[in-house]
Amino acid sequence: MATRKPAKTQPAAFRWSAENLAWCEAQMKKYPPGRQASCVIPFLWRGQKQEGWISIPMMEAIARQLDMPYIRVYEVATFYSMFNLAPVGEYFVQVCGTTPCMLRGSRGLNAVCERVIGEEAHVSADGKFSWLEVECLGACVNAPMVQISTRDGDHYYEDLTPEIFEDLLAKLRRGEKVKIGTANPKRHSSNPEGALTSLTDPSLYDGSRAAPIAALPNAKPAAQ
Amino acid sequence: MTALLEDKDRIFTNLYGLHSPGLDAARQRGAWNGTADIIRMGPDWIIQQVKDSGLRGRGGAGFPTGLKWSFMPKEVKDRPHYLVVNADESEPGTCKDRDIMRHDPHLLVEGCLIASFAMKANACYVYLRGEYVDERIALQKAVDEAYAAGLIGKNACGTGFDFDLYVHHGAGAYICGEETALLESLEGKKGQPRLKPPFPAGAGLYGCPTTVNNVESIAVAPTIIRRGAQWFRKFGRDNNAGTKIFCISGHVNRPCNVEEAMSIPLRTLIDRHCGGVRGGWENLKAVIPGGSSVPLLPKHVCDDVLMDFDALRDVKSGLGTAAVIVMDQSTDVVRAIARISYFYKHESCGQCTPCREGTGWMWRVLERMAEGNAETAEIDRLLDVAGQVEGHTICALGDAAAWPVQGLIRHFRGEIEERINRYRADRRHVAVAAAE
Repeated sequence: MATRKPAKTQPAAFRWSAENLAWCEAQMKKYPPGRQASCVIPFLWRGQKQEGWISIPMMEAIARQLDMPYIRVYEVATFYSMFNLAPVGEYFVQVCGTTPCMLRGSRGLNAVCERVIGEEAHVSADGKFSWLEVECLGACVNAPMVQISTRDGDHYYEDLTPEIFEDLLAKLRRGEKVKIGTANPKRHSSNPEGALTSLTDPSLYDGSRAAPIAALPNAKPAAQ
Repeated sequence: MTALLEDKDRIFTNLYGLHSPGLDAARQRGAWNGTADIIRMGPDWIIQQVKDSGLRGRGGAGFPTGLKWSFMPKEVKDRPHYLVVNADESEPGTCKDRDIMRHDPHLLVEGCLIASFAMKANACYVYLRGEYVDERIALQKAVDEAYAAGLIGKNACGTGFDFDLYVHHGAGAYICGEETALLESLEGKKGQPRLKPPFPAGAGLYGCPTTVNNVESIAVAPTIIRRGAQWFRKFGRDNNAGTKIFCISGHVNRPCNVEEAMSIPLRTLIDRHCGGVRGGWENLKAVIPGGSSVPLLPKHVCDDVLMDFDALRDVKSGLGTAAVIVMDQSTDVVRAIARISYFYKHESCGQCTPCREGTGWMWRVLERMAEGNAETAEIDRLLDVAGQVEGHTICALGDAAAWPVQGLIRHFRGEIEERINRYRADRRHVAVAAAE
């Protein structure tokens, strides 16, 4: 169990942007009447995107919005590890450290973070970066990898080496665009590096699979 | 022995995203072909096809999917039915559902429709792990396309069946992959597993009859029905039917995801699709064959083991999610398992004492053992504690935390002892202290 506590310094209030308020209204339609509490995780996530982190006033506002006791929102915000209960850097770097990534050198990425950004879970002096070792992010065949979260998105950067990773961080610092996904030029995504070992038959893609099916297999007895 | 799977028999033909995930391209590859005809055959027929195919759940437990579907009440009474798709893929080593959602999402959307119809559910929620943000956007795009094309929504595919599909997400909690924790989370609570019974088929989401299925289990269903249960059964040994996406990570030359036939020999899988173990097969030390929860296997077992539920169970491990984590001779296997123990400590929801206390205790002892700073008697104590955690918790996270530790001691006890001895040999005062 990971202990998570809200930040000591809290803002006075929280207010949704007009766009996000409309988004909230639309989300509530996804769940049956009276079940609006289902929105709590999506709302907290949206609030985090708006403000960068989750404050107590935000939890209180969401509790009122969803007609939930405040403590239930607090409970959710402190349970889930992706909710930042204190400010993070403009680029929030999450290094996957679980065994599949560790076997492929994720500790080397931690070292880059320590050198380039500083101490784990501390925002750099310029406010640009903070970093955290996180648990398996589910991109194990492209290990080692990191997820970098900003206000605009949360992308995976995969098949990293310490050198490539350091270069990537430098580019972000300079405000340059970086390629999302694998850093290995011989890969597209989760395919093996280099030549494909499957999915090379052109007939899979020529439309023959879209030809109408005359009769479904095993349809006969039931149809009688 | 099972032959290698041919391209013509692969279900996920856009696994790598080399083609468009969009509706037109998906249709071109055979998705949404004959869906209305399938629905017109009726729920019982659909469930029978899935039963006959021998499909076993792809989320880890391997429970027969058709049988699970048949547990839902036959008629909708006072409470609506729900299908919930478990896309909280978080088992270390596993990254297959991610590929389905970002590259072949229409197979999943179509599967949701067919499965929901079979279980008389007019609404389905797909619960993605919070980290899969880009995957969520990709899946939502496919859902929007399907709505716009009339494939889902009111009168889905022109069949008269009304069906809504909603994309939901978590926010970073491995435990939400456990089906009842997922339901709690979807209801807006902490993800802590429920006591069973009642099972979700009786009282699941919002207290209504619910079936929770893994992404891959749902996404293969349309193709199985289109091509026939007997086609699917051709692959793999009896009771282990079908094709399966394997995720091979760690010390192989070319890690990858690949769809293969069940029961493929582990060595063939690695040699054929991953360019072999780094440094050659003889350089192999151990393999975790089914995601971090299952016990690891030493090389001599890996030499000829088959990748299916029963074969891996027979060697005291499991197929799990078919996430193969390969470790070569350079691996510090104690440290590798200690890192897995840290994962379970971090992810324990804290509800049951054996897990809350046991996962942290096992991790701390393993970290010491990785240094050698332990006593040999502690190995047995560690085994004892693992046994106290296993089977004494509400959900399987306790088991999942215990199994890797038990596997380590079963196969690499000698290595731990050697490390303890080496640590002591370098520190004479330890021995002196013991003698006193």
